[in-house]
Amino acid sequence: MEWTDAQAAKQASKGNQQAFRVLVERHSRAVFRLAFRMTGNEQDAEDVVQETFLRVFKQLHTFDQRAAFGTWLYRISANCALDLLRARKARNEQQTPRGDEAALHWLDHVAARDPSPERVTRSRQIAGMLEPALNRLSEVERTAFVLRHYEGFDIAQIAEALGVGAGAAKHSVFRAVQKLRRALQPAWEVGAG
Amino acid sequence: MIHLEEEQLVHAYYGESDSLFKQHIEQCPDCRAAYQRLKEILDSVTGYPVPERNQAYGAEVWARLTPHLPLARPPAVWQRWWVLGPAFAALLAIAFWAGVLTEHRQAGISVTARQRVLLLAISDHLERSQILLTELSHANAEHADFSFERTTARDLLTENRLLRESALRAGDIADAGLLDELERVFLNVANGPATLSANDLEQIQQRIESEGLLFKVRITRTDAREKGQKL
Ligand SMILES: [Zn+2]
Repeated sequence: MEWTDAQAAKQASKGNQQAFRVLVERHSRAVFRLAFRMTGNEQDAEDVVQETFLRVFKQLHTFDQRAAFGTWLYRISANCALDLLRARKARNEQQTPRGDEAALHWLDHVAARDPSPERVTRSRQIAGMLEPALNRLSEVERTAFVLRHYEGFDIAQIAEALGVGAGAAKHSVFRAVQKLRRALQPAWEVGAG
Repeated sequence: MIHLEEEQLVHAYYGESDSLFKQHIEQCPDCRAAYQRLKEILDSVTGYPVPERNQAYGAEVWARLTPHLPLARPPAVWQRWWVLGPAFAALLAIAFWAGVLTEHRQAGISVTARQRVLLLAISDHLERSQILLTELSHANAEHADFSFERTTARDLLTENRLLRESALRAGDIADAGLLDELERVFLNVANGPATLSANDLEQIQQRIESEGLLFKVRITRTDAREKGQKL
């Protein structure tokens, strides 16, 4: 019998380790993707994955069985990533640049799908511009954007994850898009010219 | 006609605007073009590349996680006493730093070398701190004789103060701040009774929990080590 998330969460909160294991194995990859988009760095993302599940384990008793487990989990994960970004900022360290490998992989993927030269040129430009652009967002803006754009959170869920009001959440998404747009715009201008 | 603001276009892209705005975008060529430009850019970031993790990844994460879960914790962690004693090398490093700096002496050793020693000592210290914090955050007041933890906290406290001072002198405010947070926890344990009440323990655990201390210790430890090794 396969446990649903809610069933597994309930069992796990009673101390059933196998149930917790089901949740970890089921959601690790999704948490990693979220963590990577938030931090832009594999090692940091791995740290966030581990910390997320440790926090989940400790907070399982607070999980409302009627809520969606995934949303609750991603909220905790986004908060871990936010903590990490803030800790990094406090240490005033430059982010380790993400591997070019992933960007190249993406390029191959795009090129294979649509090999028109302009498209490839533009993709190459965006691949190089996106991570620096994301790094220039504030931690809150980056969180809001990743949750909205990649995880499909609605404004109310983002507000809850960030512990802010709906207006502030909405504004953070907008600010993030605005900044990204300005940073990426040149790829279109060069492509068109 | 009043055109849509950029913000309204963004919310329309995410399906969060009302039907009046959507209608406007459909009917107004200017706004439709503006919306298309925005859409192209936002669509283009959707493919943000994420390194692949295969099917076995969940099992790997589980394996990494289990030593940190209270249920599966190996009971032998306190038997690694050598990890917990104040590291002789770290103390030497601290004394060296403090000494060199208080006497304003150029000891013929480069700043880089001194920084490296300090970073590695901090990383070392944080590793031992992490073990104590982990143990405390999983501890249960019922069976508890905390005399060993208390001794460890006292040792770590001394080392912690010296390191914080060195970090401050080296201009490393962030590490000094973390050591400051650690000191408050160590103080609680070091000055507490050997038998902690459920209440005392809960207070300590809340402090560790609420400040995300373990996580910060883990990140900083890795950072300090990597940075130290690169110097
Ligand atoms: Zn218009």
